[in-house]
Amino acid sequence: MDFASIDPTTVIYNLMIAATPILFAALGELVVEKSGVLNLGVEGMMIMGAICGFAISVETGSSYVGFIAAALGGAILSIIFAIMTQYFLANQVASGLALTLFGLGLAALLGHSYTGQVPPEVSKLSVPVLSSIPIFGKMFFNHDFFVYCSLALVFFIWFFLAKTRLGLIVQAVGENHDSAHAIGYNVTKIRFFSILFGGALAGLGGGYLSLIRVPQWTEGMTAGAGWIALAIVVFSTWQPWRLILGAYIFGGITILQLNLQAIGVNIDVALLSMTPYVVTIVALVLMSVNRSKKSIGAPGSLGKSFIKVL
Amino acid sequence: MESTNPPVLQLSHISKTYTNIMANDNISLKLNRGHIHALLGENGAGKSTLVKIIYGLVKPDNGKMIFNEKNYAPENPQAARLAGVGMVFQHFSLFDSLTVAQNILLGLDKAYSYDSLVDQIVQMSKNYGLALNPKMTVGDLSAGERQRIEIVRCLLQNPKLLIMDEPTSVLTPTEIEQLFNTLKQLSLQGTSILYISHKLEEVRRLCNDGTILRDGKVIKNFLPSETTSSEIAELMVGKKIKPTVKQNSHSKEKILDIKNLSVKSQTPFGTNLKNISLEINQGEILGIGGVAGSGQDELLLVLTGETKVEKNTILYKGMDIGHLNPQERRELGLLTAPEERLGHAAAPEMSLIENCLITAKKEKNLVERGWIKFGKTAQFANDIMKTFDVRADNSANLAKTLSGGNLQKFLIGRELSQNPEAIVVNQPTWGVDASAAQFIRQALLDLVSRGTAAIIISQDLDEILEISDRFTALVNGSISTPKVTSKLTVSEIGLMLSTHSTN
Amino acid sequence: MIKLTPRNNQSKILIAITPIIAVLFTMIFGGILFWVLGKNPFEAIKLIFWDPLMSETFSDYARPQILVKASPLILIALGLSVGFKANIWNIGAEGQFIMGALISAGIGLALYPMENRLIFPLMVVCGTLGGTLWALIPAILKSRFNTNEILVSLMLVYIAEQALASASIGILRNPEGSGFPGSRNLNQYPSASNPELIAGSGVHWGVVFSILTVWFFHYLLKNHKFGFQIKLFGDAPRAASFAGLKSNYIILLCFSISGGLAGMAGMFELTGPAGAITIDFNVGYGFTAIIVAFLGRLNPIGILFAGLLMALTYVGGEISQFMLGIPAAAIQVFQGMLLFFLLSIDLIVKFQLSFIRNKHISRKE
Repeated sequence: MDFASIDPTTVIYNLMIAATPILFAALGELVVEKSGVLNLGVEGMMIMGAICGFAISVETGSSYVGFIAAALGGAILSIIFAIMTQYFLANQVASGLALTLFGLGLAALLGHSYTGQVPPEVSKLSVPVLSSIPIFGKMFFNHDFFVYCSLALVFFIWFFLAKTRLGLIVQAVGENHDSAHAIGYNVTKIRFFSILFGGALAGLGGGYLSLIRVPQWTEGMTAGAGWIALAIVVFSTWQPWRLILGAYIFGGITILQLNLQAIGVNIDVALLSMTPYVVTIVALVLMSVNRSKKSIGAPGSLGKSFIKVL
Repeated sequence: MESTNPPVLQLSHISKTYTNIMANDNISLKLNRGHIHALLGENGAGKSTLVKIIYGLVKPDNGKMIFNEKNYAPENPQAARLAGVGMVFQHFSLFDSLTVAQNILLGLDKAYSYDSLVDQIVQMSKNYGLALNPKMTVGDLSAGERQRIEIVRCLLQNPKLLIMDEPTSVLTPTEIEQLFNTLKQLSLQGTSILYISHKLEEVRRLCNDGTILRDGKVIKNFLPSETTSSEIAELMVGKKIKPTVKQNSHSKEKILDIKNLSVKSQTPFGTNLKNISLEINQGEILGIGGVAGSGQDELLLVLTGETKVEKNTILYKGMDIGHLNPQERRELGLLTAPEERLGHAAAPEMSLIENCLITAKKEKNLVERGWIKFGKTAQFANDIMKTFDVRADNSANLAKTLSGGNLQKFLIGRELSQNPEAIVVNQPTWGVDASAAQFIRQALLDLVSRGTAAIIISQDLDEILEISDRFTALVNGSISTPKVTSKLTVSEIGLMLSTHSTN
Repeated sequence: MIKLTPRNNQSKILIAITPIIAVLFTMIFGGILFWVLGKNPFEAIKLIFWDPLMSETFSDYARPQILVKASPLILIALGLSVGFKANIWNIGAEGQFIMGALISAGIGLALYPMENRLIFPLMVVCGTLGGTLWALIPAILKSRFNTNEILVSLMLVYIAEQALASASIGILRNPEGSGFPGSRNLNQYPSASNPELIAGSGVHWGVVFSILTVWFFHYLLKNHKFGFQIKLFGDAPRAASFAGLKSNYIILLCFSISGGLAGMAGMFELTGPAGAITIDFNVGYGFTAIIVAFLGRLNPIGILFAGLLMALTYVGGEISQFMLGIPAAAIQVFQGMLLFFLLSIDLIVKFQLSFIRNKHISRKE
């Protein structure tokens, strides 16, 4: 056992990579929930993204085409959820679960022949000048395009929700769908597209998992990442910037426990592998303790079906 | 008054049918420029449907509209607003967690910069005496302030026609005066106003013309200044409503005693109750007035037992009951009826029979050793339906399928059939048609004449003044000393309703 | 355009018939899926739905297998259905299933090789308790802090899986297993085994218990105030509190019941069909049971049939895998589809649909 062999620079570098898939998925789900929809199918959409991205990039040899396919895969799966909940008014919790079960199965089916294959490598995008800063350069400015992209998206989604009219409308629909309908907004349509957007980002997160983070395809490879993304949205109290905090804490714990496993620390491997999930539960509890004091966060109509009355 | 100008809005032969109800049946209407036109009718007469059609929320099956001398068939509210129609809803279409300015922005179709909008809101509030702070969060505002948001939102688009749906039901007498001034100012500037109300005196004071609807049809066009309230009332209801009969009870023993009760609201934008003290005796009705959001819901929850309170703040027959849950209180004879029918007093997806079990299982022995006696429960439900004239074809019908009036009669009936010693009712006739309302009030009076003590919380001032023995007002979570209702003057009442209403 | 009107009261016929329609839709779309995979759709559907029951070649194997697979599904789904009715979402039954098995295995193996008639009943009790305790974690967190029970119960599945992995290579490993992962096989320990009660029938104690539980729940939910309370809580929580019900009581009770039954199912699975604790002991019954609960319309009798049907697709899936090479994942897709159709078709149970011809009316109201 040699703690000194854990290099903090590498840990932080890897932490950002481990956090990125979850950050993508959580960003998508944040917008979905802001519009008042609870989509528990993130896990299913992520794994669809993972296999679609993987398969297409193996077939085309281009990882960027693969990423587009990943986003499409997640979005297409989310259409099922959108139709069920927005037009058939099905229970959102049950529909989300169904989406996860279905997505896991479908991905396994599609991925049957891709097990063991190697995807094309995604090159690093070193930021000129900044990447040559000692230590920090390696930690922060020597990543692939998508790590930067995920952080930029946090900014854009914050900007969208806080500063644009359309963002305000999305929030209004999530806050009180009856009022939004009464002043003339098409609740169903806005929610439909929010769900699609969430699906695309979850797919992107899945694609990142199978193309960069792991990178290979195995059945059930998301291993709860989608659920953790859902938890991080709660943890963030629906504020985009706090998603980074949540995702990076989670990434940090994942990388740390992997490092500890690697140096053979004298703790049961199973116990170490549990930690990300245990920490997620602890985070959820801490958030709910806080929330009972100050009632902020959750959109008013979250999870409720919008039924147009006579 | 004949106007030489062409009418602003002309409706011809508008009809709209829902599955089995003819909500609007061949309605024709003319609205003159700069006039305030009253649209009167009972709940369910078709007023809402008609204004929703004008505002583009509902499409008519038949008929034609001409607005501003052009054919008018708005695809959606945006199109209506663009054409120059604004609407202030009875149930505000606002978003609690957003600011005043954001709420207004959402209702505007032009793109405004936030800062210039804030300036315009301030300007508009000054011009029309509609005090508003654009940066406040809507959830923290009173009902009157919320209505001002809706009005400002409409005015910013320079409407030629403004639709007001029951605007005074949430306002204090002072606020009503302010609103009337604003509306008169607008009409002088040439804006036409379609004013929906069921308060006849108001209509007579404010409106130039009027139309009465009943069962989806136009019953009569009239001139409010030349028609008496009782004539209008009869036309609206289609029959004479007999006035409630009040008999005095002889027992006067104190039954409920609330002492220095202060409670924090449990909802995000609720009102805290501050230092409330009340006494209520057998055989009397204590009426508690006040505008919406003054703490009525919180007070009811405290009395039902859903909100627990400190020791010795609520005494029932001398016994501290602050820690007892609703069922334990019921078993002592203290019954309650909340305002929200579906979701609080009743479960929407459950049958009327099952809904009986919510409050009556003990008193009526509907459950024995944990096992439900369905036959007996169904019998009880049928008895209520018969005694309280609940019109539904079957007690197995789901609660949500009944009309507001019928469901309210059923729910009030469920409590009254249990012979309570004390009863607390919040908004007994809210959204209920006139004859059902009269029925409910009479049933409450009859119960009290047999010695029951009643607290009636209502935002309908006329109702409280009609049936209560003593009157008090809930203002911003505080209560004034109750006074004998029959000795109160209008100005005293107005004062009680608006004291310390400023934050 | 389609217009929705809420129904006055729910039609019993529709409630019963809609799952069948959903199954038919699933067959059609599943058939298309199999066709896309290059298989004969008619043969595949026949292999899945017909042959396990009726074909001479397969039924001897398949019929008992259906019971073996249906029993955990039914037990778990019954428990879940109670919570789902109350709008309390325990989706961590898979973890509770594992914990029931682990705890009962621990007790059974600790007593090895003592022979006593009471060991098996003791293991049933401990398995049930194991599942209950695991389920009480999200329940307590929800009732105490209002923590989201869906996410917590799900996280606990992953934690339970790690515990299972650890136990099968650590504390519960068979000392005589020459270092291979996995526990001693309980089928070879008479006091702790759960054998077929009638040879060749597939009926073991778990099957007996699941049928008894169906009957008990059917009677209880229909006639006891408990059934009314959970329905009230699910439909209108504020009305439940107005009726004097404590929400914490309902939350703890629903989780205890569902966790307990999942744990019990894990125990029967361990001592019967599985025999031993292994890393891949759990095969997803806890998740499939969610489909079973909905397919059965959260009604005990419905769940009985739904569990049998779902077991049929498992067994039929195995046969079609063997005969046509249809991948196992296709069956999972098939089951997921079933849930989609079922949830969507609920619309016609809740609402009356009417079709409006009028073209210029382009929006629903």
